[in-house]
Amino acid sequence: MLTDITIGQFFPGTSALHRMDPRAKLLLLLVLMAAIFVFDTPGGYAALTCLAIALAVSSGVPLSMYLRSLRPLWWILAFTFLIHLCATPGEVFFHIWIFDMTKEGLARGFFLCLRLALLIVFSSLLTFTTSPLSLTDGMERLLRPLKVVGVPAHELAMMMTIALRFVPTLIEETDTIMKAQQSRGADFSTGNALKRVRHLIPILVPLFISSFRRADELATAMEARCYRGGEGRTRMKELHVGGVDYAAAGATALLLAAMGAMKAAGV
Amino acid sequence: MAFIEIEDLCFAYPSERGERRMALDHVSLSVEEGEFVAVLGTNGSGKSTLAKHLNAILLPTSGVCRVAGMDTRDGAHLWDVRQTVGMVFQNPDNQIIAAIVEDDVAFGPENLGVPSDEIRRRVDDALAAVGMTAFHGFAPHLLSGGQKQRVAIAGTLAMQTKCLVLDEPTAMLDPVGRKEVLDTVRRLHRESGITVIYITHFMEEAAAAQRVVVMEDGKVVEDGSPKEIFSRVDAMRKRGLDVPLAAEIAWRLRKQGIRLPEDIVTDEELAVALCR
Amino acid sequence: MPIELKGVTYTYMKGTPFERTALKDVSLTIADGSLTAIAGHTGSGKSTLVQHLNGILHPTKGEALVDGVSLEGKGKENLLARRKVGMVFQYPEQQLFEETVAADIAFGPKNLELSEEEINRRVRSAMEFVQLDYETYKDVSPFRLSGGQMRRVAIAGVLALEPSYLVLDEPTAGLDPQAREELLRRIAELHRKKKLTIIFVSHNMEDIARMAERVVFMHDGRILVDAPPSEAFFADEEMREAGLAAPPTVALLSRLREAGLPVEADAFTADEAAKRIAKAIRKKGGASC
Repeated sequence: MLTDITIGQFFPGTSALHRMDPRAKLLLLLVLMAAIFVFDTPGGYAALTCLAIALAVSSGVPLSMYLRSLRPLWWILAFTFLIHLCATPGEVFFHIWIFDMTKEGLARGFFLCLRLALLIVFSSLLTFTTSPLSLTDGMERLLRPLKVVGVPAHELAMMMTIALRFVPTLIEETDTIMKAQQSRGADFSTGNALKRVRHLIPILVPLFISSFRRADELATAMEARCYRGGEGRTRMKELHVGGVDYAAAGATALLLAAMGAMKAAGV
Repeated sequence: MAFIEIEDLCFAYPSERGERRMALDHVSLSVEEGEFVAVLGTNGSGKSTLAKHLNAILLPTSGVCRVAGMDTRDGAHLWDVRQTVGMVFQNPDNQIIAAIVEDDVAFGPENLGVPSDEIRRRVDDALAAVGMTAFHGFAPHLLSGGQKQRVAIAGTLAMQTKCLVLDEPTAMLDPVGRKEVLDTVRRLHRESGITVIYITHFMEEAAAAQRVVVMEDGKVVEDGSPKEIFSRVDAMRKRGLDVPLAAEIAWRLRKQGIRLPEDIVTDEELAVALCR
Repeated sequence: MPIELKGVTYTYMKGTPFERTALKDVSLTIADGSLTAIAGHTGSGKSTLVQHLNGILHPTKGEALVDGVSLEGKGKENLLARRKVGMVFQYPEQQLFEETVAADIAFGPKNLELSEEEINRRVRSAMEFVQLDYETYKDVSPFRLSGGQMRRVAIAGVLALEPSYLVLDEPTAGLDPQAREELLRRIAELHRKKKLTIIFVSHNMEDIARMAERVVFMHDGRILVDAPPSEAFFADEEMREAGLAAPPTVALLSRLREAGLPVEADAFTADEAAKRIAKAIRKKGGASC
């Protein structure tokens, strides 16, 4: 069922991660993502994996949700793993038909999958613990200096806010439209690729029409509530960088230093 | 001067072939501050178009629409007009902008540039006024239709709106949601004296108003107390509108020669009249 | 042969913190040729229930049968069983997608892989039944019609499948009084003339009172009342529990009875109610109690 999707979901809570400033979280996420690529040693991965697990536990969000967020990607992970397992030259430990599985491939496939999984888990840590609004708010503030070079920070953030707000509504609507067309004998799961694309028309057309209508009504509602762009707008929730954020930044810096040291030492 | 003054207002939607369809045809109407007016009419009678004139979403093709003395066509007062008249629309899903209830209520005052601690206070007051305080941190898609409409009402209250215009706010709700919305509006009208313009298809809701305006083909065709309007059962049916059940039954009984007063609208009044 | 639900339980998002059981061990048999109304609050499980009637949802536990055949499974007979039940969703006009009214109505029959003539015949007859003139409307874009007309096109799209059972979820929601009146008359006629078995979900007690031969009240995923209207609307305690109000005629007549007028309260149209009151008054001699 479509309504089973968990990506982008926010779980309200009071953990340290929840209390952090979204700007700090966004920046630290970027740093950690970079770290995944820079410190590509077993020691670095071990440290980052431990960090990911520790943060996931401390977030108070059910751990099963993190596993669920990986689920849509499992076949990409499996595929990546197999490709590297068979295509990396080195010491062959298993042979089947034309495939040579190597020890080097095993290690490489494993680390690549781990790298992808870590990227997903770190992103989930951000979206699970940050309300969509404060997330976009954080992005808007971070992008604001770029306004001088023409980046429409407020508009982008408003678009994000609305998109996030309507994800559950549109998922529900898609679900209903699919059920309705199925009741009229539509079949979405058989036939070749071209046929399958054609089968999407009875879903996409109603969905587009309804989205346009929603957009139109929403624009009217926003105007009626005096919306006139970002100029002169205030915020109920001002962002504050506080103790938690400094602590998190400090901890991340130390971790990076440690991983740097490990990499230098060749661990 | 009345709070809302509409004089000889015409509005035509532009159409693709150049011909123009008159959605509002020489409408004149005035509403005093603190009134509770219900607007009835079939789909396409022009009632939503009229509502959209009250906060300058649409501007008259000819004629005048004044709110608290301000001409809605006067660009200098545009934001004052929109702050004075708050709108609640039919589809509860398409007017909630933020992904959290309290953030949505804050949307209006944020646009007006109100300082943040003042917004906080207004949002808390507005949510309390519609009885939604307990839901302040909820995501809108987890609320019922009636609750979403109450959030939308709170969003206008946080702008310190003087007049609430509701465009079929209950059309998509179940009976529980309908009652929630109507009760909230009645209470706000009673307790804070807010002016209410309430567009609806439901006669029981119209019966709660002090005054009923009936629209047909872009014109105001009836304007009076619920008792006056609903006693004209024949005329209402010809316009494709219902009347409250008690009014209809009293009318049928009178046709059968049973003597009953002309102005019966509620079950209670019928019981009293029949059991004098 | 009937539609049968046997001990059906349904759980949404099983295995997540959002898990919610919408139906709890529900058993229901819909007899051939009957007109049943299902009422209940939003969240009572009524929409989930009807989605089991044509296999859109499959029971987490229990089974759903049409004419003795399970709706679950990939077999030919399961598919045929599902096709016997037509389903009109809430706000069905939101599923229209074709460029013309006729093409949209033909979508269902085309999926059944019928011959061109048969498709045409069905489109014509379905349009006739919802009172949309074939010649006038066949080439019109459905998106240029009024709300009430769009809804009739959508219903015609389901009728063109020529189901033996028709399920309608809130068919009159959002229509103005006139459009609502017309649609209810169409549904009553489908039942009377086409001998269609009809199940409709509604929270409008007035509609239910006028139309149904049998009334099912749902609350919290269970069936609370299953009885003819003359009984169901007088199950005060159950109705209060389900958060439902009596139909306006019943409420009014009960109020008059309380005031001392000796009138039976089981009238479901304004006309019927007025006749009862007139009779009661004449019996008493004069317009006083």
